[in-house]
Amino acid sequence: MISGISIYEILTVSTIIFFIGIYGFVTRKNLIAMLMSIELILNSAALNFVIFNKYLFPNELGGAIFSIFIIAVAAAETALALAIIINLYRLMMSLKTDDLETMKY
Amino acid sequence: MDLNSLMLMRHELILTLLILILLVVDIVFTGENKKKVSYIAVGLFAVYTVIGFLPLKEGTLFGGMFETNRMIFTFKNILNIGVLLISLLSINWLNNKSLKHQKIGEFFILLFSSLLGMFFLISSRNFLMLYLSLELSTLPVTALAAYDIYSRKSSEAGIKLILSAALSSGIFLFGISFIYAAGGSLYFHDLVGNIGHSYLSIAGLVMFFAGFAFKISLVPFHFWTADVYEGAPTPVSNYLSVISKSAAVFILMITLFVTFRELIDIWVPMLYGISILTMFIGNFFALRQQNLKRFLAFSSVAQAGFVMMGMLAADKLAVATVIYFMAIYIFSNIGAFGVVQIVSIFSGKENIDDYNGFYRTNPNLALVLMLSLFSLAGIPPIAGFFGKFFLYTSAASKGYYLLVFIAVVNVTISLYYYLLVVRAAFLRRSDNPIPYFKNDVLTRIGLIIVVVSLFLIGLYSPLYDYINSVVNVLNI
Repeated sequence: MISGISIYEILTVSTIIFFIGIYGFVTRKNLIAMLMSIELILNSAALNFVIFNKYLFPNELGGAIFSIFIIAVAAAETALALAIIINLYRLMMSLKTDDLETMKY
Repeated sequence: MDLNSLMLMRHELILTLLILILLVVDIVFTGENKKKVSYIAVGLFAVYTVIGFLPLKEGTLFGGMFETNRMIFTFKNILNIGVLLISLLSINWLNNKSLKHQKIGEFFILLFSSLLGMFFLISSRNFLMLYLSLELSTLPVTALAAYDIYSRKSSEAGIKLILSAALSSGIFLFGISFIYAAGGSLYFHDLVGNIGHSYLSIAGLVMFFAGFAFKISLVPFHFWTADVYEGAPTPVSNYLSVISKSAAVFILMITLFVTFRELIDIWVPMLYGISILTMFIGNFFALRQQNLKRFLAFSSVAQAGFVMMGMLAADKLAVATVIYFMAIYIFSNIGAFGVVQIVSIFSGKENIDDYNGFYRTNPNLALVLMLSLFSLAGIPPIAGFFGKFFLYTSAASKGYYLLVFIAVVNVTISLYYYLLVVRAAFLRRSDNPIPYFKNDVLTRIGLIIVVVSLFLIGLYSPLYDYINSVVNVLNI
């Protein structure tokens, strides 16, 4: 429990972060910015786990441990995505999604 | 925990050992000997597939996080056979001169790591385990999709796959956090009956489902499918469309049927709508494709719609029919993708029009392509028909007659576009047909296994009886 702050306030924060991430993912035209948006989404989920654990089930650790795993896996995901992005940049000399798109319906 | 109980995860342990052996083998063989790595990998995997069939005890490990029973055991063996076939068909491509780099060891290591992830995925009985194994199965495939690093399309497929996979796992995690708040636990067996019927749990279910819908490429989330399948190397597209999809379908089915049993009045209408949308959109987009890989991508989207129809009944019969259908689908799609892949390696041609006169130059391959496509469409003597038929039975047993009617309409549409390819290969003539080429022994063995199983699974009824008996382990 954090004194003076109810669960609703922190949940509002995490939900706002989540939707900023979704919005950014849909609107950004740069691959790195899209990757950053995904980080926001993952971190909002991690924040959610910690909050629920702290406020609703203070006697166990399931949610807190889950958030540590989320951070670790997100790092792996980012590393792989950055590797592919570097390779794409070497081939295309651009990171704009419009320039990269070759396959269309 | 002693050795006896640890042997419950025999599949996973041997596969891990195999990956480690391959890492060493990859270092030992250099230069001209590099090609041997692929034969060693496939040989070891074939031995492992046979070992996989030895009987296995049932039980749980790690405090109930990992479970194995007859049903999971059967499904793991089906996946093993699928991966064995894909590796058999991919050797030719890996040893081909057209690939500029010789990273053969990496291909198999990543492929098997992803399979390891799938195994943990279908065995997981805890949401943490589910998430980790989902990532373990997705990340290596992403690296494989970008495997051909000199090809722009391959890299594009890789980045599209990783971005959509990461987004989907983000949404999936947000959903799980709600389920955790509603149920108070991450274990499936604790959650049964504890999730409750609140807005919180419904939001959690919908987000959880959306995350999986990305993996299975159900309709609102299918946008990555065609691009990734077209851009990625064909064996990888084959793997994505077959193994990745069926493992995700399996675990989604188990979680929905067992863990989310309380919310059945929410997810049944959801599946109903998504199933109709997926069938129609998959089929109509497949109609207008010229590239065969894109065509197969949309056909696999449509097939996912049929699977969702089979899941609606939410009883043991539904589980049995879906497992049976996925087994058939694995063989049919591997056959179709396999032929496309062989043609693409030798001639670089991937369009439907390029297949004009294919039967005259390569009669055997054309026959395999025809049988696989007929199986996907569901034409009677071949296994695909029985798979579809049982799915209809499962949906009709709960009175979803309208949906069955819509599905039959969709089968008719799909028959039209599958026949377009068959017509091009068999009836059309061409001045510049695909030349004749000789396949190596392993590719032939792979295709023969596919063709034999296409007939065998459909006509040899004890197989369905066996699948029907193993689903009794479920408590639903």
